[in-house]
Amino acid sequence: MTLPLLAASFALLVIGAISTWLAGAHRAAPWSGSAIGTAACALGAGASLALLRIGTVHTLRIAWSAPINELSVGVDPLSAFFLLCIFVVGGLSLVYAAGYFSGDASGTTASAVAWLQGLIAAMAAVVLARDVVVFLVAWEIMFLASYVLVTFDDRDAAVRRAGFTYLVASHISVVLLFVLFGLLVRHAGHLDFAAFAAAPPAGRAATLCFGIALAGFGIKAGLWPLHGWLPEAHPAAPSPVSAVMSGVMIKMGIYGILRTLTFLGPPPAWWGITLLIVGAFSALAGVLLALAQHDLKRLLAYHSVENIGIIALGIGIGVLGTATHAPGIAIAGFSGALLHTLNHGLFKGLLFQAAGAVLHATGSRDIESHGGLLRAMPVTGALFLIGAVAISGLPPLNGFVSEWLIYMAALRSGVLPRANGATIAIVVVPLLALVGGLATACFVKVFGVVFLGEPRRAPRAAAHEVGGAMRVAMALGATACLAIGMAPMAALQLVVKPAILLAGPGATPAAVDLSALSALSLTAALLGAGVGVLALGRWWLLRRREVRHTVTWDCGYALPTSRMQYTATSFAQPVLEPFAALLRVRIERTPVAGEFPRQAREDVQLSDPGEAAVRWALSAVVAPLTRVRVLQRGPVQLYLLYILLALLVLLVWQVRS
Amino acid sequence: MNLMWICLLHLLLMLGLPPLLVGIIGRVKATVAGRRGAPLLQPYRDLLRLLRKGAVYSTTTTWIFRAGPIVTLAATVVAGCLLPFGNAHAPLAFEGDLVVFAYLLGLGRFMTMAAALDTGSSFEGMGASREAAVGALAEPAIFLVLATLVVATQHLSLATIFGSLSATATSSPALLLCGAALGAVLLAENARIPIDDPTTHLELTMLHEVMVLDHSGPDLALIEYGSAVKLFVTSALFVGVLLPRALLHPLGVVLGVTAVAVVIGLVESVMARLRLPRVKQFLIGATALAAVALAAQLFAPGAV
Repeated sequence: MTLPLLAASFALLVIGAISTWLAGAHRAAPWSGSAIGTAACALGAGASLALLRIGTVHTLRIAWSAPINELSVGVDPLSAFFLLCIFVVGGLSLVYAAGYFSGDASGTTASAVAWLQGLIAAMAAVVLARDVVVFLVAWEIMFLASYVLVTFDDRDAAVRRAGFTYLVASHISVVLLFVLFGLLVRHAGHLDFAAFAAAPPAGRAATLCFGIALAGFGIKAGLWPLHGWLPEAHPAAPSPVSAVMSGVMIKMGIYGILRTLTFLGPPPAWWGITLLIVGAFSALAGVLLALAQHDLKRLLAYHSVENIGIIALGIGIGVLGTATHAPGIAIAGFSGALLHTLNHGLFKGLLFQAAGAVLHATGSRDIESHGGLLRAMPVTGALFLIGAVAISGLPPLNGFVSEWLIYMAALRSGVLPRANGATIAIVVVPLLALVGGLATACFVKVFGVVFLGEPRRAPRAAAHEVGGAMRVAMALGATACLAIGMAPMAALQLVVKPAILLAGPGATPAAVDLSALSALSLTAALLGAGVGVLALGRWWLLRRREVRHTVTWDCGYALPTSRMQYTATSFAQPVLEPFAALLRVRIERTPVAGEFPRQAREDVQLSDPGEAAVRWALSAVVAPLTRVRVLQRGPVQLYLLYILLALLVLLVWQVRS
Repeated sequence: MNLMWICLLHLLLMLGLPPLLVGIIGRVKATVAGRRGAPLLQPYRDLLRLLRKGAVYSTTTTWIFRAGPIVTLAATVVAGCLLPFGNAHAPLAFEGDLVVFAYLLGLGRFMTMAAALDTGSSFEGMGASREAAVGALAEPAIFLVLATLVVATQHLSLATIFGSLSATATSSPALLLCGAALGAVLLAENARIPIDDPTTHLELTMLHEVMVLDHSGPDLALIEYGSAVKLFVTSALFVGVLLPRALLHPLGVVLGVTAVAVVIGLVESVMARLRLPRVKQFLIGATALAAVALAAQLFAPGAV
């Protein structure tokens, strides 16, 4: 019953995409397209929940004459879990898109909704694919759909440049995937995923596959140091698209890494350590670079790098646990990583949507120009706060639950007998703590500077609350964040089956006891009760007393202006200072000069040495390749000649052999 | 039944004792300076007086400003419920509660900083920014200490960790290092000298006090009381690491935290506040000590 439901949802998405695209110029097209897409996503989310609950594996093979024998698609707990993420975050973004694009009656907005539906369908196809051809085709459609959406606002030169960066990064990624699948197909002798898993490569071949998968899928996921495209492309896209790209599309890279791990047999411990190192650098670099940003959407994009790093840390612990035959740790690590995948989708979707609302209302992404928006946009502001607390990993929201699982996996590794190699995972504990502290600093900064205080430049009167559809989408996302935080046991049920699948043979539900999660509900309830009692008490105390309202106490200064408020850059400076050695800091300043200085400014730009090294390496590779350009002259006749020559060579080769 | 009494006693200690610690610190400082000082119970009177007052709010502020003190106090109290005092029991104990403990304090910090930014005052923004920097650097030190305790005792709950520590009552070098690191974090988290001077009169040099400049009346009472509870809870944790036996009996807890208050008073009497750039080195030093403790616990011969 669930499989037809899933197929129906997929078909509905495709039909919706095509019909919305065709309806183009009609005024109702964005609305109806969003409605169809949302319905499809709701169906799909329901079906994937049911599939996760049953936990069975289905594969469907379709005969296909040429050039390959058959195409196969299928679903297992891992696919079902990622489908859930795609449909939930995708659905919420479609609801949001209905409001976001409604102001503009031109046909282009309908095409954006159509491509968004196409992107969601393509991502679903990626996780459903069970052979190389379907996977790569779906992967490329996913890229093309997202590319169209990134370059949606193509009148802007910066957007075109971002699109080009994205294009290059995705091409490098897909070339690596071709190499990866080429190796796997050569080893297994078949294009089918089941054949890969049945005959895993061993030794050096397996290591080669792992390395290429980590690089190829790592580019898509935005793992350090291959994340360079991400903070360019994500902010360029319209906000509902940024929400889908940061929320779920980069997770397709995570899915790819996890799926590849199931092809490679029992992993050696050092793969886990490699993932821990890459994850540690991603998490730290992501959060530090985010702290230095004052473009709201760019900042959120850097936080995606951070969160992908946290997910990689969870996967790393999982792989270490599998390699050292500690299934309890493996399951806890993979569960944490998977739950963080879903959680990040929810709160990052919410934050990008709220950022879109701010952009919609004020027209500026520069956080230094905002301030006091909570008064003009009370709903957006409150929901942004929920997202901010969640992404900082603080209780009682969902980000804390998944980080808690990763902490538990790391701490349990410290309890193992010393001979077990997994003990090294305990280094994750202080690292995650540092990243959490920095993320808290960053989101206090964003929330405080954008929503609190007084408006800095833009007059507040101009800002306004956004429309109903956008608020509903954000409220639903925030509710999901709160629900997972309050009922973590239910959330654990979503990830335990795929985690057991990843932890390999020997892993059973009995291997790990995570029942302490239910105590997190109790803690959250106590916290809520405490807040309630105190709020009531304060109200009761102040009920008959004099409560006066006046200006902020500025230590006696009588003429404060809103421009004297602390800026985001100043806020981040002392937090970043101890880490200055890890980053490249470029400061441009006009110093204070003369007895009556007119103006002074300081502009601090941070960049990441890792990314710079990758760019340098890339240009070193590309430079000799530019010589090949002589072949690329332009005349069609020349290309016809090339085709003719290629055919001749093939003919000669075929005749001789 | 017995367990219920223990929990009740726990709450009584945690909610009743904190202002006394503040009084003790003040008294010790006064005595060292050759003054008579305020009565020990003065902080209780101050809190009652604040609770009886009305309030003044800045027109810039929103509900965040009012929520800050409430959420911070609630989070601190719930965190305190996770620590065992008086017995090897805590009102709330489960595997992994140590992570919850540290993150609840983090939630309190988040809300305090947000409330400070809500006023739009650059002084309060500056305080929040410094608090964020101190918090981010203190976090890894706390977690390294907690990880060392987990490795040393093979338990993942604060109650069983301290239960096991008091049962063996052996003081290893790793635990001493942990104690030193935790002592540094204790001073930073509670905004004491040498990190921050709670009694300074110059807003430019403050960390914690400058964040609460605009709060008044019952809100200020909640903040002062919340800081005192945090001081009590973190002191109890510190006592538990250095003298695990003290946590076995309620009297031990009272004596332990009193001793911590006296030591803080002495430190504040003989030291000046560090320059702000030094604060980071202080905390990074604490992190390094805790890292050495963890490494020692993991690799030392004869470790569990």
